[in-house]
Amino acid sequence: MSMNWCGLAVIAGSLLLGAADASAASAEKGKTLFITYGCFQCHGTVGQGGNAGPKLAPDPMPYEALANFVRTTNRQMPPYREAVLPNDDLADIYAYLQSVPKTPDYKTIPLLND
Amino acid sequence: MARKDSRPEVSRRKFLAGAAVAGAAATTSAAKATTPPTAAARIPSAVRPTAHQVALEANVVTEVKPVAGRASSDFMVDVIKSLDIDYCYSNPASSFRGLHESLINYGKNTKPEFITCMHEESSVAMAHGYFKASGKPQMMLCHGTVGLMHATMAVYNAWADRVPVILMGGNDLDAAKRPPGVPTYHSAQDINALVRDFTKWDDNPVSLQHFAQSMVRAYKMAMTPPYEPVMIALDGGLQELPMDDHTGGLYIPRYVKAAPPQAEVAALRETAKLLVNAEHPVIVVDRTTRTQNGISLLVELAELIQAPVVDQSNRMNFPNTHHLCQSTQAQALIRDADVILGLEVSDFWNTVNLFIDNALEHGHGARQSRVKPGTKLITISSVELNQKSNYQDFQRFQSVDIGMAGDAEASLPSLIEAVKSALPSDRKAAYEKRGEAMKRAWRQAIDRSRQAAAIGWDASPISLPRLCAEIWPHIKDLDYSLVASRPGIGTWPNRLWKMDRHHQWLGGSGGGGLGYGLPASVGAAHANKALGRFSVALQGDGDMMYAPGAMWTAARHKIPFLSVLHNNKGYHQEVMHLQRMSNRRNRVANLGTEIKDNGPVGTRIENPDIDYSKIASGMGWWTSGAVEDPKALGAVLKKAVDVVKSGQPALVDVISQPR
Repeated sequence: MSMNWCGLAVIAGSLLLGAADASAASAEKGKTLFITYGCFQCHGTVGQGGNAGPKLAPDPMPYEALANFVRTTNRQMPPYREAVLPNDDLADIYAYLQSVPKTPDYKTIPLLND
Repeated sequence: MARKDSRPEVSRRKFLAGAAVAGAAATTSAAKATTPPTAAARIPSAVRPTAHQVALEANVVTEVKPVAGRASSDFMVDVIKSLDIDYCYSNPASSFRGLHESLINYGKNTKPEFITCMHEESSVAMAHGYFKASGKPQMMLCHGTVGLMHATMAVYNAWADRVPVILMGGNDLDAAKRPPGVPTYHSAQDINALVRDFTKWDDNPVSLQHFAQSMVRAYKMAMTPPYEPVMIALDGGLQELPMDDHTGGLYIPRYVKAAPPQAEVAALRETAKLLVNAEHPVIVVDRTTRTQNGISLLVELAELIQAPVVDQSNRMNFPNTHHLCQSTQAQALIRDADVILGLEVSDFWNTVNLFIDNALEHGHGARQSRVKPGTKLITISSVELNQKSNYQDFQRFQSVDIGMAGDAEASLPSLIEAVKSALPSDRKAAYEKRGEAMKRAWRQAIDRSRQAAAIGWDASPISLPRLCAEIWPHIKDLDYSLVASRPGIGTWPNRLWKMDRHHQWLGGSGGGGLGYGLPASVGAAHANKALGRFSVALQGDGDMMYAPGAMWTAARHKIPFLSVLHNNKGYHQEVMHLQRMSNRRNRVANLGTEIKDNGPVGTRIENPDIDYSKIASGMGWWTSGAVEDPKALGAVLKKAVDVVKSGQPALVDVISQPR
């Protein structure tokens, strides 16, 4: 029963994601939402990842892949459905992740070569 | 307003004396008319004062002479001293006043020295930390009821972390002699019952000889693997009676440490055969080694067959400077393994299975095997020798192919010999090839860790790898000891700091009870001070607020250590549990109405933010003020390290990323 429901959720999530206008997304708003929705609790404030969640930024995965995962995951992260995380907000969060600057090579950081 | 009284002044003392005479006279007078004189004398019309009252009123004081003979609790001190216990971590309490007085006067407050604690939970945690740094169990005294109630969480942590602590609770067993009021509230029939489910053994001695035998027995049981806390009830009457009241011929039994239990020889031989012939063996370690020698033995075993070692980090078991340390590759190694040897692994089920906390399986969460079919599973664990049926700190049941009840460290020499005997002559090249592959994987893992640490390097709040990397230059040339850390910090110290000594990482709390980090750091730093080590703690903010009084104990007893506060302003693990429940029910998590926090209601430590530096400086610590800028952290840490080297505790409050 649960597995069937999850399967439907994947399809429904994909359809709903199409409604979000990614081009109008705001990285600035997304930065605030990344905190408000608690994404930072596991992924860090700049999406760097941590002990509880993987790295999301810089270089986030494609929007569709991320959105599908967010809506339908049955892994350690709970799924965030649209009632909890609206499409527009998810698009803003993605814009924020895209805005995170590239990570320097650790070899350029003296403390990481000690 | 003064009372106007026309009555003549009557001295109470004179009145009582007069009453006695008048009463007698009146009785005599009445008796003449109605009753025989003898009967009248037995039934006075006024109550006669007792001899005690007369003595008090006449100002005649019965002299209370010093208790004759030797105090019973002096003998108790002799017993305790025979066990070479360094410290007694305690909050003072009347129910052990006899022993307390003997410890500080007769015992001259040395071995053990009384360490003033501000919470019994902290007392136990300090003894817990002290043991892990020194290998020596310490004692704590408490009220057998209210004090022990405070202590219970820390006792459970020690139980789950396999750490010996000698617990002693004061009690007035004889209800007829209990002083009324508080001492009666502080007594019970069986104080040990409170902690019996998570102590290895307890007793309630009723004589001094009984106490001597039970103390030595308790110490011996605590120090026989699996190490665990033990509990002795201290009767108030027994402490305070003079020894003259007891029979003579008292003696103190000699303590001889029991040889630890080893795994059975035939099972070790079978294990050796599987290991030497395996294509992909993996050794998983957790609370495996207790000593530097244990680490050396583990290295020897791994090198014999060039087997990778996955350290689950409840102790420092295996040097991360060694190419066979493959902890960051755990998932891939477990997946590909054909033989997995688990040594004192607390959760072997979760080592070979993956649990996902989702709503599947009727709400129980999903399980996935991490291993391929046919993988041989082997365990050596002393915990199988000692469990209780109520509080179960063991995890889900995992069937294994060879299970050995025995102490892993004690079993390593025999296992090494068995492996040497079983080594096939034609496998040498295969081992060398595996060793070379492990060297490459080890170097790549270091690169990956450092590159991962670089992400968010300049972020504020400060990232946890940056936090650890900033500490390293200040301790790398010292004989450092990481005395405590938080699960949220994860394995970053193990990934970024060189660790090859047993005391360089002492492990977590055991039972997962908050309130362990700060007092355990104080206890471990106390032991490290005598051993010339530099102690550093990665302290959680929530954990610190459970019993901040432990900071005062460190300042009072001049226990130096660097406490770096992982100030993430919340209980982040609980944040995610709330988020998980909200999402599962398709509801937006409530962040508060009047006060909006950065997490669900009840999970944040902000609004107002706590000024930890003020708290610490108020208790006699050197403090930095909160550090938010990662570029400023290095200079602050340098100052703090200098302070610690001068003999003071220091707190550096770092506003840091959640986890």
